[in-house]
Amino acid sequence: MAPETRTQSQPEKRSEPTAATRVDANRPVAEPRPEDIDPTAVFDLEDLSVYYGSFRAIRNVDMTVCQKQITAFIGPSGCGKTTLLRCFNRMNDLVDIARVEGKVLYHGVNLYDSAVNPVEVRRRIGMVFQKPNPFPKSIYDNIAFGPKVAGVKGDLGEVVERSLRRAALWDEVKDRLKDSAMGLSGGQQQRLCIARALAVDPEVILMDEPCSALDPIATGRIEDLMEEIKSEYTILIVTHNMQQAARVSDRCAFFTAEVNETSDTRTGILVEFDRTEKMFSNPSDERTENYVTGRFG
Amino acid sequence: MADTSVEVAPFSVASLRGNPGRIRKEAAIRGVFFAAAALSIVIMALIVLTLARETYTFVSQVELAQLWSDGWFPRRALYDIRTIVVGSVLVTVIAMLVATPLGMGAAVYLSEYARPRVRGVLKPVLEVLASIPSVVLGFFALTWISPEIVQRLSDRASLFNLAAAGIGVGILTTPLVASIAEDAMGSVPKALREASYGMGARKVTTSVRVVIPAAVSGLVAAFIVGVSRAIGETMVVAIAAGASGGSLFSLNVFDRGQTMTAAMASLATGTDAVVGAGLTFQSLFFVGSLLFVLTLLLNVFADRYVRRVRQKY
Amino acid sequence: MAVTTPPMTAAPELVRQRLQGKKVDAAGLIFRALLLLALLVTMAVLVVLLVEVLTGGWGVFTTRMGEFLTGKLGSSAARSGIAQGLRGTFFIGAFVVALAFPLGVGAAIYLEEYAPKSRFARFVDINIRNLAGVPSVVYGLLGFAIFVKALRFLTGPGSANGATVISAGLTLAILVLPIVIITAAEAIRAVPDSLREAGFGVGATRWEVVRSHVLPYASPGILTGTVLSLARALGEAAPLILVGATTGFLSEGAGYGLSTLQERFTAMPIVIYSWAGRPQPGFASNTAAAIVVLLAVVLLANAAAILLRNRYEKRR
Repeated sequence: MAPETRTQSQPEKRSEPTAATRVDANRPVAEPRPEDIDPTAVFDLEDLSVYYGSFRAIRNVDMTVCQKQITAFIGPSGCGKTTLLRCFNRMNDLVDIARVEGKVLYHGVNLYDSAVNPVEVRRRIGMVFQKPNPFPKSIYDNIAFGPKVAGVKGDLGEVVERSLRRAALWDEVKDRLKDSAMGLSGGQQQRLCIARALAVDPEVILMDEPCSALDPIATGRIEDLMEEIKSEYTILIVTHNMQQAARVSDRCAFFTAEVNETSDTRTGILVEFDRTEKMFSNPSDERTENYVTGRFG
Repeated sequence: MADTSVEVAPFSVASLRGNPGRIRKEAAIRGVFFAAAALSIVIMALIVLTLARETYTFVSQVELAQLWSDGWFPRRALYDIRTIVVGSVLVTVIAMLVATPLGMGAAVYLSEYARPRVRGVLKPVLEVLASIPSVVLGFFALTWISPEIVQRLSDRASLFNLAAAGIGVGILTTPLVASIAEDAMGSVPKALREASYGMGARKVTTSVRVVIPAAVSGLVAAFIVGVSRAIGETMVVAIAAGASGGSLFSLNVFDRGQTMTAAMASLATGTDAVVGAGLTFQSLFFVGSLLFVLTLLLNVFADRYVRRVRQKY
Repeated sequence: MAVTTPPMTAAPELVRQRLQGKKVDAAGLIFRALLLLALLVTMAVLVVLLVEVLTGGWGVFTTRMGEFLTGKLGSSAARSGIAQGLRGTFFIGAFVVALAFPLGVGAAIYLEEYAPKSRFARFVDINIRNLAGVPSVVYGLLGFAIFVKALRFLTGPGSANGATVISAGLTLAILVLPIVIITAAEAIRAVPDSLREAGFGVGATRWEVVRSHVLPYASPGILTGTVLSLARALGEAAPLILVGATTGFLSEGAGYGLSTLQERFTAMPIVIYSWAGRPQPGFASNTAAAIVVLLAVVLLANAAAILLRNRYEKRR
């Protein structure tokens, strides 16, 4: 098993007792504790906090993400949803002042263990970004880049075709694989980015507001696509759109931001995490109810 | 999800270690780039060490009388520092008298008055001027500036003179001053100009009372960098001021003269010149050290001013 | 009374006059004229300079261009040529391209991609900015002490005593290195982060992202900067004098073979410098002709860089 000996995996007790206890008291423990091994669990977060320098972006998150489900993160802006999502494939490493405390267990292995290679993590846990960001290269090269660097030898044409088919883009682009990806529409670009993520055979796909730059029709196609591929992939999605979360997700986590009185900054906290239908019909927390009914945020 | 993700062993940290060959390659490449970045520190250290070593020899062996005499004649072991420092000061003053109005004027025009299309033509012309090698300007100073300008100003001016060299250096410095000054004016926010126009101010008032004061740190920086460049300029003076070998102390800009840089070039010109009498070789490094320290101080100083504008907006 | 204030009926007329601004803005016009004058004087200097060297060198090109380009330096102005100068300048350019470009781009990649904002990067950055301000003649001293004297066994163990084109090329490569680093770093900094994230997101390493995405995107900017620094290196004379470029006659140094690298050398700016100081009239036109050749090389490089940059800026 994983030797979890890093100092950062020892969660320190925060010195804001009032706020902490209040939140902890309000947090429903619908999920099993990570100690009881859940066979379908992919991720277990244990007391996770993320700092940018001395600023704490999100704190003390505990949650379990299940296999082959769509898990949505909702909440007002500035509550650390994207920051949290970027912990799942160590994308936060790229921000040099970012620091993570606590554990992100992936099949029981802490992703922030010093022996873990973030490059390998990102191969298994792919990501789709807020704004479509295809490489300024051909459609073919966009898909082939991942497998190529992962060491896949031989003809990548088959991988490219399979990935594009899975992303429901093949029929639209099969005759112009050598054309620049920048010539595609926004929705097509985003599906290309999904195909690009699928090309390296990940287990998990992280989606950071993938539809926020798209029109409703393109958004619909992405949502259909998510529905289709969820039988094979575990999907985590950050969204500002509550209807979207309600439509596509199986489980839903609601975050909010608490204002730190001393420094006028905001720190995100997990308020409630449960099955989506329960979150939207009968949430246990008053703040969740206020948010999903549109009274706040 | 067939090929790569099949695990025979149970999933553990080892599964996320990645390909060792790929990790090694990445580390090696990182090392190479680090070495390239660190090289600049080595170069700086080598410059300081080389200069310091020979300068120490020079300072510890030279006699005060040699440093304060009638002129700079290193081959006769006369190292009058005044002569070449004053020469450098004269050339720099003349150069800045040319480069400051021309460079700043061009910068204000380009940034405040020129329409984009005019700018698109004029800017490359300035850049062409900036790229003209200094030997070329030296030749131009000697064959055109000296007879056509300097000798008309003073009929006693010799063909080789410090004034022509100074004007040549000034022309060389103008594009540099203009470019830094224009950057500084460009970083003044548009809102500030609009606020001024909004109060009914005229264009000239806006430029002189609002934009220039807001960019003043950058303009000062442009001036200082110009001075630093003018002091360090070698070839224009070496060609147009014409005092190879040595020079008597003089304040006459219409006569031959020498600057710190030209003194170094003329010492090194010709075969085995640097193996002269006594401390000639070391004197080269002594002058080099003076030049290095002076320009370094000026550049550090200018950098402060540049930062000040950037921080403000 | 109504002496100072015009009657209400006249007010619209007054407003119209004021708005149309018929009043001449003398101060503004003079200010603008002075600025334009500064710019025009600068341009005029450039024009006069170009006309001077073109007319001065015209005779050489019309009467003996072939001989001028292929001949060696000599005591007779009418028979001297610039072949050795061109050769020296060619090799110096080759050294700069082979050394300063990869080292400079590599350093820029490290500073911008591998260790941005680190204390090391900040220190190197300050150091590079200071290096860029060091006068070129001081680099000449460095080249003399290191390449000509300390490394003589490598740069020129024979009769040239280290004063060879190798020493010159190395010195100028070091001279332009800070400029290459600064411009390359700027080009790399302009690459959008979304591109890097896309690369990392599919499990690429830092180098794979840099090689496949960052460098191609930044390449026009990098190329512009490197071409400009090459032009700068080809025009430098002062450091070459310090490392012992031959300013007098030179019998050897016309060949392009690798063995000639360890012989005595000269270069275009040095040829110009040594001819400019000769009193005989023939050398004045030779100098002008040599300047035309050097300017053609330097200005072509610059024009290429400027065109490249303009196209690149439009594309964004």
